[in-house]
Amino acid sequence: MTASKGNQATGGYDRLRPDLQAVADLVPAGVRVLDLGCGDGTLLDYLVRAQSVRGRGIELNEGNVLACVRRGLSVRQGHLEEGLADYPDASFDDVILSQTLPYLDNPGTILREMLRVGRRAIVSFPNWGYWRCRLHLLLTGCIPQAPDLSQRWHDVPRWQALTITDFAHFCQQEGLVITGELYVVHGRRVHIVKVKNLLATTAIFALERRSPAST
Amino acid sequence: MPPFNSVGIVKTHYHVFALEKPFQLESGAELRPVTLAYETYGHLNADRTNVILVQHALSGSAHAAGYHTASQELAGKAGWWDDCIGPGKAFDTNRFFVLCCNVLGSCYGSSGPTSVDPITGKPYGLHFPLVTVGDMVRAQIDLLDALGIEKVLCVAGGSMGGMQVLEWAAYHPERIRGAIPIATTARHSPMLIAFSEVGRQAIYADPSWNKGDYYDRPQKPDAGLAVARMVGHITYLSDESMHQKFGRRLQDRERFGFEFDPEFQIESYLKYKGNNFTRRFDANSYLYVTKAMDYFDLSEPHGTLAAAFVHSTDVKFLVVSFTSDWLYPSYHSKELVRALTAAGVDVTYLDIQSSWGHDAFLVEVETMTGLLSSFLERLVREEGIDIPGSSVRATWAAGVSS
Repeated sequence: MTASKGNQATGGYDRLRPDLQAVADLVPAGVRVLDLGCGDGTLLDYLVRAQSVRGRGIELNEGNVLACVRRGLSVRQGHLEEGLADYPDASFDDVILSQTLPYLDNPGTILREMLRVGRRAIVSFPNWGYWRCRLHLLLTGCIPQAPDLSQRWHDVPRWQALTITDFAHFCQQEGLVITGELYVVHGRRVHIVKVKNLLATTAIFALERRSPAST
Repeated sequence: MPPFNSVGIVKTHYHVFALEKPFQLESGAELRPVTLAYETYGHLNADRTNVILVQHALSGSAHAAGYHTASQELAGKAGWWDDCIGPGKAFDTNRFFVLCCNVLGSCYGSSGPTSVDPITGKPYGLHFPLVTVGDMVRAQIDLLDALGIEKVLCVAGGSMGGMQVLEWAAYHPERIRGAIPIATTARHSPMLIAFSEVGRQAIYADPSWNKGDYYDRPQKPDAGLAVARMVGHITYLSDESMHQKFGRRLQDRERFGFEFDPEFQIESYLKYKGNNFTRRFDANSYLYVTKAMDYFDLSEPHGTLAAAFVHSTDVKFLVVSFTSDWLYPSYHSKELVRALTAAGVDVTYLDIQSSWGHDAFLVEVETMTGLLSSFLERLVREEGIDIPGSSVRATWAAGVSS
């Protein structure tokens, strides 16, 4: 595995945190983007300014929504379930779910909704399949914290651990095709060919619905 | 000297129209002539694109900022949204041209029941036709045409002001670029109609009201109007803000007097507010304006609320509600946001944590200032508005596109 550079120019803007930059690098310039749980708008702001996307966000926290408005972003306060339901089918090219998947009450519904309102979903999440997580459980008998997050099992918001393999199984069951993949190991973008579930601390996937078989 | 961030001494202007061809009202009635009282703050830019139209609520006037007289200034009695309008404030008058009109049916200079009926030479009273929020907005359009303003940058207002904002966005989207409806609803609810009606019944029950014919009498229906206002004020507060402001504290006494004079602070507050209101507002106008609000429903004529906004996709929205507002609860705004989203409209929404009830939209100045100014900044940038004072932003925007 080798460290690789971002494949897109950042147009003079400061680069983002590696996992956010990885998401940004999967988004083509000028497309329509919806960022779910967009936080203080760091990623969306970058996409709007550096990649000229038409960006929208949904965020629950009032302070974060205010921060987004200060950046000049178009963001709705609300729960993802409620918020997503309002958008007509295929209103966006890319729908982003960055580092939010383990916190969702109903991840399956959200992922399906993402691919209803968007042509493509881009999902990033911490990988509990990382070898140190596995070793941590084996040797200490304690549930490992996510490699790139620092929440303990009793912290809020509640999270559900998942691995790259879990996610791949879900996609297979749902008829979703992974059309793009990037990996981060402890804050460094890396190119991994094999045993990704063992080596990556964060995974970034682009998903599309399998096109119906032509008759 | 006015404070450095005040628009200072201002005066009300009057736009008179429909002198020959009468103004058609939604009810089918006609009005001739029509007067619209308005105030402006700041300066129009060369291409007249820096206009912010501010809409007042039930009891408001065109006097949104500054002072009418030096004595008002000394007393600190500024216009109703002075916290947000002025040099360097949310609606920055160094950059924007802010315009506020008094609504039809009101008693602050625009045509209403206190206006003189040209046929009888006396005040209209109940002979004044009933008006709607739609009529209020269409009268404003006549003023904009007279001022040579083709498209306003933004329409903003809370409560009934917010209803006018929504009316603008739904029926005249080609005349506005941005809309900021605050603590409002797209459809006046049965509960709101109920509160309106209690206020009106209080006025009807006052013998001095005399079926609206009291302008040449010494006694006006002050008692009825005061009760109407007291009910109103209860609905503008919240359980929590009443606890904070008044609690169960007694007014000017240590213990109960076991009598029927106001004893609690909340009682004397409401009495004070009610009496004060009778000195500045007209009972018939209260009937007309509350009735206009009750008629307001954007969804009914279109089948769904989303259908009301299908032509508004070029308008950018900032919708704001407050968590403790039980008069125009957050779910009214959320319903609006859902409809706008379904219609494909660009909408930013925030439900601000506040204990101040419906009053919050005038009280939460700091949060509102941050929201309003950022949203306006974005409109200026995205709509390519050339405004003195925004050269820095213009350069920045140019850097982005290069």
